[in-house]
Amino acid sequence: MSGGFDWWLLFEIVLSGLGAGGLYALTGLAFVTIYKATRVVNIAIGEMLMVGAYLFFAFTVGMKLPVWLAIPAAMLASGVFGAVVERVMIRPMLGESPISSFMVTVGLGSILVGAVELIWTADQQRLPEFFPSAPVRIGEALLSAKVFWGFVVAVLLIGAVLLAFRYWRGGVALRATASDQQAAYSMGIDVPRVFSLAWVAAAMIACVAGIVVGSIGGISSVMGVFGLSVLVVVIFGGLDSVLGALVGGLVVGVIEALTGFYIGGEYRLLATFLLLVLVLLVRPYGLFGTHEIERL
Amino acid sequence: MRIGAAKQTYAADAALFDTPTQRFWVAAMALALALFPFVASEYWLYLACLVAIHIISAAGLNILTGYTGLVSLGQAAFMGVGAYTVAVLQTRWGVPALVSLPIAGLIALLCGVVVGLPSLRVKGLYLAIATIAAGVMAHFVFSHFSSLTGGSAGLSVKPANVFGLALDNSFRFYWLVIPLTAAALLGAANLLRTRIGRAFIAIRDRDISAEVLGIPLLRYKLLAFAISSFYAGVAGGLYALFFRAVTPETFPLVMSIFFLAAIIVGGLGSVLGSVLGALFMTLVPEVLRLVMGWLPLSGNAVLYLSPVRTVVFGALIVLFLVFEPLGLAEVWRRVRRTFHLWPFRT
Repeated sequence: MSGGFDWWLLFEIVLSGLGAGGLYALTGLAFVTIYKATRVVNIAIGEMLMVGAYLFFAFTVGMKLPVWLAIPAAMLASGVFGAVVERVMIRPMLGESPISSFMVTVGLGSILVGAVELIWTADQQRLPEFFPSAPVRIGEALLSAKVFWGFVVAVLLIGAVLLAFRYWRGGVALRATASDQQAAYSMGIDVPRVFSLAWVAAAMIACVAGIVVGSIGGISSVMGVFGLSVLVVVIFGGLDSVLGALVGGLVVGVIEALTGFYIGGEYRLLATFLLLVLVLLVRPYGLFGTHEIERL
Repeated sequence: MRIGAAKQTYAADAALFDTPTQRFWVAAMALALALFPFVASEYWLYLACLVAIHIISAAGLNILTGYTGLVSLGQAAFMGVGAYTVAVLQTRWGVPALVSLPIAGLIALLCGVVVGLPSLRVKGLYLAIATIAAGVMAHFVFSHFSSLTGGSAGLSVKPANVFGLALDNSFRFYWLVIPLTAAALLGAANLLRTRIGRAFIAIRDRDISAEVLGIPLLRYKLLAFAISSFYAGVAGGLYALFFRAVTPETFPLVMSIFFLAAIIVGGLGSVLGSVLGALFMTLVPEVLRLVMGWLPLSGNAVLYLSPVRTVVFGALIVLFLVFEPLGLAEVWRRVRRTFHLWPFRT
């Protein structure tokens, strides 16, 4: 293949980008769930993901639980954690300006990073291996097993969450609250409970994303940086659009993989944020977001 | 209003320092600031300079976020622009500090206007996240335009030279930074009594209504960005001269969050809030270090210090937002009101 452009290599990079993008989409989904239900822009989503991964770490390495037991345990613990956060920090901010609740999540992120460093130190840790280790071959492209299985997990979980939103009672209540809070109240939906539910669900989704991200790249207290890319994902797709989070996640994943490979690793974040600026200039409310019309 | 202080002219009503008591305290404060360097140790002078630099930047951010309602997470990036401007001007052409500081402010101002341009279309938190993008790009420029910025190693800066006197310690630097801080605060306080300041407040309260009332939104939003990043640029320049080194890592996103936290803790939309917030947020880590030193942690104190700082920092933001959303300035006002109304009670 001298001289010619290596299409299989490109394919391989796009595939691994899609793999990473699946995780962005998953985390973006957690973000959108919170935003749709409670209108809180949760900048601490990356830190929640980190907490999920560390809980899993504590259950497997610290308490020596088998992996199949540790994952549900970590999800459960994350759910409780989400509920506590909602009750202690977010509930009192009901009715305050969006900027205040945004800043609360900034504070939350800082608290979580500090707490993780206090308990597990700032050093990078490795999660136990549980994905099959043989690389997956698609045509001539070779894909790392972790990325492939991570993508599969992301797709399955996204599917499950979407089904739950569509058919489960709680999911319907969540969508109702998202589309009209007043109407949801008057139809007998317990809106504060929906808020709790959204945070619990988001924390659990973030936990799974965290476990996968951690098993690919290891866990450390700066894992929350992942959340910055997720912010771009949800802005790209529109803060309140599930579809946007999914498409945005894949697009950002592929763009990061392409820039990382063809231009250089240090350009990845730059490319992501350039994309963000472009989208904001053309469609300030994201690709699929609701364009809110302001009236006096 | 103070009991027994009836105002008889509009000028008296609009005055910054309106009662003799207040003027007395301002004079006392000025005197205390002038005497402080002669009694304080080097460590306290260092802290005073740091607090003063933070106050300038926080005051700038408060004009943008507290008064105009545009949330920005790019304050550290603008400080970086200012710092690099001062550093480059000094290392390349030997421009003295008193000339390079205003230039630093102006270049940061230009960057601020560019970043502010989307603010007409992009609002609220979208804007906050767009300003994070500004920070990412600034970091990229700082670390990749090595010929000018020295790459990731950064630049080292010589002490500021003011009229032939090298400001090479905190005692000397104090006399540069404190008057600048006072001027910045006075400027901010005065700005907010003018048409411009009132326009900012109108935009914060409801930008569409403001436009209907005849306030050109784009011009005033850009003006807010310009003023705020000018303050940040000057603060960044001082930062470079004070620490005598700038690297791309000197101005991370966390620093922008620090300033946003400072004005929230201090009080949004209040000049006093910027001062109290910057003072509080700068001194808390130092107090923590003292307290941790007393605890019997046997050498581990240093290890725990940084995470504890991070936790306390986050907790302060959350606690203030939940329990005292108007910040320290409101606490201060409440205390003052008690004295003003004395012997009556509210």
